[in-house]
Amino acid sequence: MSLLDILLLIPAAGALIALVLPKDNPGLIRKFTLFVSTLAFLLSLGLIGPTGANAGRYSFETNTVWIEYPAIRYHVGVDGLSLWLIILSTFLTPICVLVSWKHIEDRVKEFHVFLLFLLFGVVGVFVALDLFLFFVFWEVSLVPMYFLIGIWGHDRRIYAAVKFFLYTMAGSALMLTAMIWIYNRAGTFDLPLLLDMLRTGQLSFTASEGFWLFLAFFIAFAIKVPLFPLHTWLPDAHGEAPTAGSVMLASVLLKLGTYGLVRISLPLFPGPAHDNAPWIIALAIAGIIYGALVAMVQPNMKRLVAYSSVSHLGFVVLGIFTFTQVGLDGAVYQMLNHGISTGALFILVGLLYERRHSLEIADYGGVGTVAPWLSSAFVITSLASVGLPLLNNFVGEFLVLQGAAQARFLYAALAGTGVILSAVYMLWLVQRAFYGPTPEPVRHHITDMNPREWALVLPLLVMMVWMGVGPQSFLPAISEQNRQVLELVSGSPAQQKSAQEVAHAR
Amino acid sequence: MPVSFVPSAQELFRFSPEIVLSLGGTAIMIAESGMKDGSRARLAATAFFTLLAAAVLSVAVAGDPGPAFSNLLAVDGFSTFFRILVCAAGMLVVLISSNYLREHGHDSGEYYALILFSVAGQCLMATSNELIMLFIGLECSSIASYVLAGYLRDDKRNNEAALKYFLLGSFASAFFLYGVAWLWGASGTTNLSELRRLLLDPSSGVGGTMTAAATALLLVGLAFKVSAAPFQMWAPDVYQGAPAPVAAFLSVGPKAAAFAMFLRILMTTFLPIRERWGPVLWAVALATMVIGNFAALHQSNIKRLLAYSSIAHAGYILVALTAMSDTGAAASMFYLAAYTFMNIGAFAVVTWVAGRDERHVELMDFAGLSRRSPVMAAVLSIFLLSLTGVPLTAGFFGKFYIFKAALDSDLVWLAVLGLLNSAVAAYYYLRIIVMMYMHEPSTGAQPLPAPAAGIRLALAASVAGTFLLGVAPSLVLDYATASAPLLR
Repeated sequence: MSLLDILLLIPAAGALIALVLPKDNPGLIRKFTLFVSTLAFLLSLGLIGPTGANAGRYSFETNTVWIEYPAIRYHVGVDGLSLWLIILSTFLTPICVLVSWKHIEDRVKEFHVFLLFLLFGVVGVFVALDLFLFFVFWEVSLVPMYFLIGIWGHDRRIYAAVKFFLYTMAGSALMLTAMIWIYNRAGTFDLPLLLDMLRTGQLSFTASEGFWLFLAFFIAFAIKVPLFPLHTWLPDAHGEAPTAGSVMLASVLLKLGTYGLVRISLPLFPGPAHDNAPWIIALAIAGIIYGALVAMVQPNMKRLVAYSSVSHLGFVVLGIFTFTQVGLDGAVYQMLNHGISTGALFILVGLLYERRHSLEIADYGGVGTVAPWLSSAFVITSLASVGLPLLNNFVGEFLVLQGAAQARFLYAALAGTGVILSAVYMLWLVQRAFYGPTPEPVRHHITDMNPREWALVLPLLVMMVWMGVGPQSFLPAISEQNRQVLELVSGSPAQQKSAQEVAHAR
Repeated sequence: MPVSFVPSAQELFRFSPEIVLSLGGTAIMIAESGMKDGSRARLAATAFFTLLAAAVLSVAVAGDPGPAFSNLLAVDGFSTFFRILVCAAGMLVVLISSNYLREHGHDSGEYYALILFSVAGQCLMATSNELIMLFIGLECSSIASYVLAGYLRDDKRNNEAALKYFLLGSFASAFFLYGVAWLWGASGTTNLSELRRLLLDPSSGVGGTMTAAATALLLVGLAFKVSAAPFQMWAPDVYQGAPAPVAAFLSVGPKAAAFAMFLRILMTTFLPIRERWGPVLWAVALATMVIGNFAALHQSNIKRLLAYSSIAHAGYILVALTAMSDTGAAASMFYLAAYTFMNIGAFAVVTWVAGRDERHVELMDFAGLSRRSPVMAAVLSIFLLSLTGVPLTAGFFGKFYIFKAALDSDLVWLAVLGLLNSAVAAYYYLRIIVMMYMHEPSTGAQPLPAPAAGIRLALAASVAGTFLLGVAPSLVLDYATASAPLLR
């Protein structure tokens, strides 16, 4: 049993144990969940060394039969692409437990069971190397999130939860069809094996087949990302979810979509990915600008941050489909950055909500005078989010824009406006909420951060700075993996040629 | 082969599950007359163990496969699979029934006897290799089911359900019988294997218009029994009106047996003329899924909702039949096994919530169930997620195998539309979960009694089955895959 298996087992076993803990002792359940998720986080740190040393290959691989026929394998492994996303998930889960410490008082046990189960699902998606296993975890991660939004969310939580579930289900229906189709062609769901077969020409897709398969996967991933115009579930889900739900949703669940694009869509369908890149990039840029413009006019803080996610994730998709090393590196790095900074924004908004019980920006003002530390944290996070140099988002956005410029300068020019717009909506939010006159309710209700709140905000602030000034701690493993993906993608013309030759020979 | 009308011991052995079930049912009816009120719990136990014995015998008989009674019956892996399945469904239904019947003051032996007779008929449907025998099995199962649907005879809804079921059901049986008669007229035989031989042989002259018309008549009868569109109208009314445990039974046992018949008739006999009925089946499968799912979206009565959902599930299984392959047959067998656990489980919770006189069968009655009884709410959620097709539950692999079989047979559009249909279905299953978890209990809600031991046992078995098939589907699928080719 490798470290990775244990990492999968811990949240699952933790959820089952939490299920039988006495429900009238919420303190015990909170502490237990905190312990389990912290344990998972510490163990996940153990992945870094060996994975970094083994760059370009899968580490901690386990490959055994799950179901004989159809051949479904329990094949998991970690590489430079998934490594940091796994750690991001385990890093944020204890923070989510802490942020819910006072906030969640109703059905505490269920909440924490779902949170651990969610961790199990998302880590599973990131480690799965078998398409079928990937799908299983993909769906498994959906259920706890649905309950988190639906039970502990705000007023319109039910609508948001159902919308979230149905959107994802519709996407995954298409993805499952495509997976079965691939299986029928190749006889395996195993991703590395499929890539080998593609490389050696044992498996090749005709142009139209490749297009439809690519599209089926792409729609499923694009819904999750979410790519404009499939994003409409996101503001609802984010706006209504409890703080921990928003954090996990924004920081981890959205990454499942972009991760899928890099892990599956690009390597398996390099040709169609190239052919369809122009309109995908167009949608990504539309999302960057549209998300930013809509964020600007939101009266509700959470919805503002949610729309900013649409904009930020547009950068990620743009970076992926530039097919350049810097663009892809930036995209993957930006996934992590967005996880940290948007997670932090949701947490800080959640802290404000716990005090003032309102998400309307108009209900705030002058918070800086009554809660200076909270305001400072918010300002730093906002600056990180708008891409200030020395903070994390700057590195990612810079790399993406550089990649976009390499692909076509127009892309970079258009996407660059998104950076400017993000400064407008974030700083305007900061100005309205934290400066200016302090209304009486704000003065009355808002207090500064307590030690527990420091404990959950500080690690995120540290990460923002670290990832801003020391990207070299993270990028090499990512770059190596991306180089391989790009090799596959750029190797595709040769592959197509060999497929044609095979056809000629027949 | 000399025809002997005295059955040999071997033949009787091959028929033993049906014999045991019939004897058990008769014994219950006789024993009841001399029984005091206090000892009626024994009737349920007798029925349960009779079914268990029949299931065990089915396994034992499987060790000695072959024909019986001049090839009227065929004991093979396929029939064994369905025999065990309908016996298991019967056992689960007996478990959830006894408390319900006691509450309604109708705890009498007839009920269990009828269940046993109905299951005997279903076993016969699964085993027959001959159209007349199939018809006898069908009638045994159906007539007992008609009575069961109206079992609480003082209840108006029960009476309505029984009458509707009886009238439409006998109409459908007549269609089936008429089809058999035409086939006999066209070919001179009612044996399925013999018919197949004639259809494969172009010089036999069988396979013309008359055979096609006869096939159509058979399909009408079968489509009615599995509640496939456009013959699905009876199901919602009957399920809503019938006692909840009976609705559970009707949605699983007779349906599984009818699908066994469907598979045997199509795969054994009519495969040679598949291009005639294939397109019809394609359209029927799609229409059944669409009608079931979209009608279920608007239901407020939970029994009616589950009725439409079971129509939709019949549609999924028909997709597997449309694939017309061994994988398709195996997929439908797996699906029926998965469906048995999750649907009876769902109905068991509904039976429990419904309470006395079934006053609580509206969706609103499930509001806040997670607060009133967290365990039961969680259990029902598991069944509903399985019906939706979420991974790690039986329903997921069921759907997976079905749509894989469809894609194997190049039914791309049917598979895509079916999968999108299952996304639609998620909506109405979620509505129930939303009610249970995201709404508060209504103010007038009375405390729920602790579930009876029978219901608890049935739920435990169903949950175990749902997860087991969701994590280790090979347990059932391997068997189904091995026995599906025997049909041909």
